[in-house]
Amino acid sequence: MSGDRLPRWLHPGAWWAWALGLAAAASRTTNPLILLLIIGAAAVVVQSRRPAAPWARSFSFFVRLGIIVIVVRVLVQVLFSTSIGTTVLVTLPGLTLPDWLAGVRLGGPVTLESLLLALYDGLRLATILICIGSANALASPTRLLKSVPAALYELGVSVVVALTFTPQLVSDVERVRTTRRLRGRPTSGPRAIAGSALPVLEGALERSVSLAAAMDSRGYGRRGAVSAARRRTTAVFLLGGLVAACIGVYGLVSAGSPALLGLPMLALGVLSAVISMVAASRAAVRTRYRPDPWSLAEWVVTGAGVATAGLLAGGSWLGVPGLDAPIDPPGWPTLPLIAVLATLVAATPALTAPPLPLTARPLPPDTRSARTRLPEAVA
Amino acid sequence: MIRFEDVTLTYPGETAPVLANVDLAIPEGELVLVVGRTGSGKSTLLKAINGLVPHFTGGTMAGRVLVDGRDTRDFPPRELADVVGVVPQDPMSGFVTDVVEDELAYGMECLGLPPDVMRRRVEETLDLLGLTDLRHRALRTLSGGQRQRVAIGAVLTAHPKVLVLDEPTSALDPGAAEEVLAALQRLVHDLGVTVVMAEHRLERVVQYADLVVIVPGDGQPVVAGSPAEVMRSAPIAPPVVELGRLAGWHPLPLSVRDARRAAGPLRDLLVGHTPHLRAVRSSARVRAEIDDLMVRYASAVALHSVTAEVADGEIVALMGRNGAGKSTLLNAMVGLSPKVSGRVLVDGHDPRELNGPALLRSVGLVPQEPGDLLEATTVADECRAADRDATCDPGTTRALLALMAPDIEDGTHPRDLSEGQRLLLALCVILAARPPLLLLDEPTRGLDYPTKARLATVLGDLADAGHAIVLATHDVELVAAVADRVIILAEGEVVADGTTSHVVTSSPMFAPQVSKILAPEPWLTVEQVAAAVAASTGESGPPRHRAAEGEAAG
Repeated sequence: MSGDRLPRWLHPGAWWAWALGLAAAASRTTNPLILLLIIGAAAVVVQSRRPAAPWARSFSFFVRLGIIVIVVRVLVQVLFSTSIGTTVLVTLPGLTLPDWLAGVRLGGPVTLESLLLALYDGLRLATILICIGSANALASPTRLLKSVPAALYELGVSVVVALTFTPQLVSDVERVRTTRRLRGRPTSGPRAIAGSALPVLEGALERSVSLAAAMDSRGYGRRGAVSAARRRTTAVFLLGGLVAACIGVYGLVSAGSPALLGLPMLALGVLSAVISMVAASRAAVRTRYRPDPWSLAEWVVTGAGVATAGLLAGGSWLGVPGLDAPIDPPGWPTLPLIAVLATLVAATPALTAPPLPLTARPLPPDTRSARTRLPEAVA
Repeated sequence: MIRFEDVTLTYPGETAPVLANVDLAIPEGELVLVVGRTGSGKSTLLKAINGLVPHFTGGTMAGRVLVDGRDTRDFPPRELADVVGVVPQDPMSGFVTDVVEDELAYGMECLGLPPDVMRRRVEETLDLLGLTDLRHRALRTLSGGQRQRVAIGAVLTAHPKVLVLDEPTSALDPGAAEEVLAALQRLVHDLGVTVVMAEHRLERVVQYADLVVIVPGDGQPVVAGSPAEVMRSAPIAPPVVELGRLAGWHPLPLSVRDARRAAGPLRDLLVGHTPHLRAVRSSARVRAEIDDLMVRYASAVALHSVTAEVADGEIVALMGRNGAGKSTLLNAMVGLSPKVSGRVLVDGHDPRELNGPALLRSVGLVPQEPGDLLEATTVADECRAADRDATCDPGTTRALLALMAPDIEDGTHPRDLSEGQRLLLALCVILAARPPLLLLDEPTRGLDYPTKARLATVLGDLADAGHAIVLATHDVELVAAVADRVIILAEGEVVADGTTSHVVTSSPMFAPQVSKILAPEPWLTVEQVAAAVAASTGESGPPRHRAAEGEAAG
């Protein structure tokens, strides 16, 4: 354990497993107290282990997205859906639609019950989004791509190349667009964009060709001892396995799907993927430089996510009261003990995950300005 | 180590070969310099070493190339990656990952080296090239010299026996170039790596070379030999060699140090002469005025407290490290820089308030990538568009171009022009409106000596015709040849502003070779010395003393 307390990056896969566990847990409840507790747990972990990197800002972006989702969900309910319940709060001017549009309604009475339903439903979706957002903030996308299994290596490379090319393309567009000014031409409007498209695309094409040449001369795609046919089978196995695993996860997460879709499909998918990965890694020519280790801390963080999901899924399977907030008739939500326990477990990575390396930590606000100036001064 | 045996290369769709019957043997541990004009087949020769030509580019190859005993016909580039490391001209275009450390490891990952070996070699390479402080930095945030060193390190970790570099210093400021060259020296001396590099800036590299290969182009035979013997008759030579030829020194010096030792008699001969300088009218009106200018980008101050003036008929050179604010200052003079405080006046107007033809008529900028200016698909279309933009008579731009670069054809696509031709086309496009203030950003990047000489003549003529010219450049020899005044920027501030001879001779970094050799006398170019020598030997009358105004300061 002592080795695990050294500052280091946690394996990005562990963060994703933890976040998906939280998302799965959130999908099992409509109780706003539990959902808010899950968001709180995610926020605590993000706050304590978020690195100083551009992608780490995605948490607040996802929180804003979640709020939009709730607002939209409530508006849709109020404007378009048939009300449930009897507690009418306000009656909006309605529009009677023809018979063949029986399910759709515009305006009309707004009940407390349907408002609560929409609010809880929106909050659940927002919570799931925020869980994904916290994984995005905690796990570096490039480190995640480095952990892509050998069988999917080619796919990983294209994503990496796209990730580095896109910002360059954006800055190229900007540069060429402003350069139009030097010829006395407009720098904004459709004609400016059309005019700058050609030089930008030509530049991008030239760069891709030189990147391809550079990768070729650095040994990308050296042939290993495996036949092409075997490589292809491995890839098919892996992709098929991943698809099966995704279906399995969906089965587990969505409460209403048949039992066959859940665990068995997930198990089948994982098995198939593992077989192909082992086969691929045996045949691979390439090796990995400083792969992120998967050790105790990764298991603990993953375990926290799995336990959170397990506690709430188990609770809902056993029919523990309070996991769903009363809507019709409306009532105050209660907080079941099992949910408190689950969210406590969900927040443990804030303590159990190893601290970030010093260079990756965000600085306190008062020293930040000094640091942003420093690189220029040194360079 | 490398052997070319009767190699003839023809690109697809071409009738004449790029390289014809090349026979060349490069022994192990040599630093080889490949020189030749743009388009002479230099890059092709380099690419043939690791099989990119013809495996990647296409084309037909006769004869064979052997690298460490491997025939490139049988081994494609990826199978040669453990023997030959290639650093492309623009290092940024060859980076696959986004962080320094990962980039160093990428090649080794492809070769399948065991993790402990990779770890050790990355650490060694970080130390060898002085990159330790940068290991976690994003590649995008590095300066030009740092990028170049990372690119060298990235291929070096595979422990190649041969390192191939295409113009490693042409985009770098003098300081960064020396850093890179010192790193290469170390590889050759300590590790026995064979280094093959192409470079236009001979003055920077020729003294380090063990072997010089001249690629004359047009299918003529390739010449190889020791630098001293090749340089005696080479059509292109750095100033130190030209001075040596002029003074008839034996053996021919290649470095400033050797030249200084031989220069005693020449210095005595030049006593009593002063360099002939281009005449600048003292009554010239001030064309551009910069007063206490500050420019800031989102997080950084790019320029502050900059005050300067540019007068008609004057050529001013902006020098300084990469990132010192040279481009920002030029951009501010055409109204392209964000968040400005202080004042920029061109002809009494704020350039940000000018637009369209009015802007073109008062100031023109040729940007660092001249291709950015060009949007048409043929040279003729581009010229017509320029006439329209500037609302001048049809044919103006084409006539200018015919004057400056008579060999450019109408139907050519601007992208297919050589670097130098593209620059001249962009220059003509800007000159169509006859802007009294002309700005050039890094005009000599990738230009060979003849094109550079032509550019210098063009600039001199424009200044004589009354244009005020400001050029940002790293090229100390060009500055010595054309500039009347030099402004040196550092971290966004003006640190020196004065006549060329005054500023440049007092700086070890920015002094041209002739000035280093003949210091403390203020001689800058071989032409000046040649004129003085001719005068003192009585062949062309008395020396002309036409010193420029402000020379008293120097």
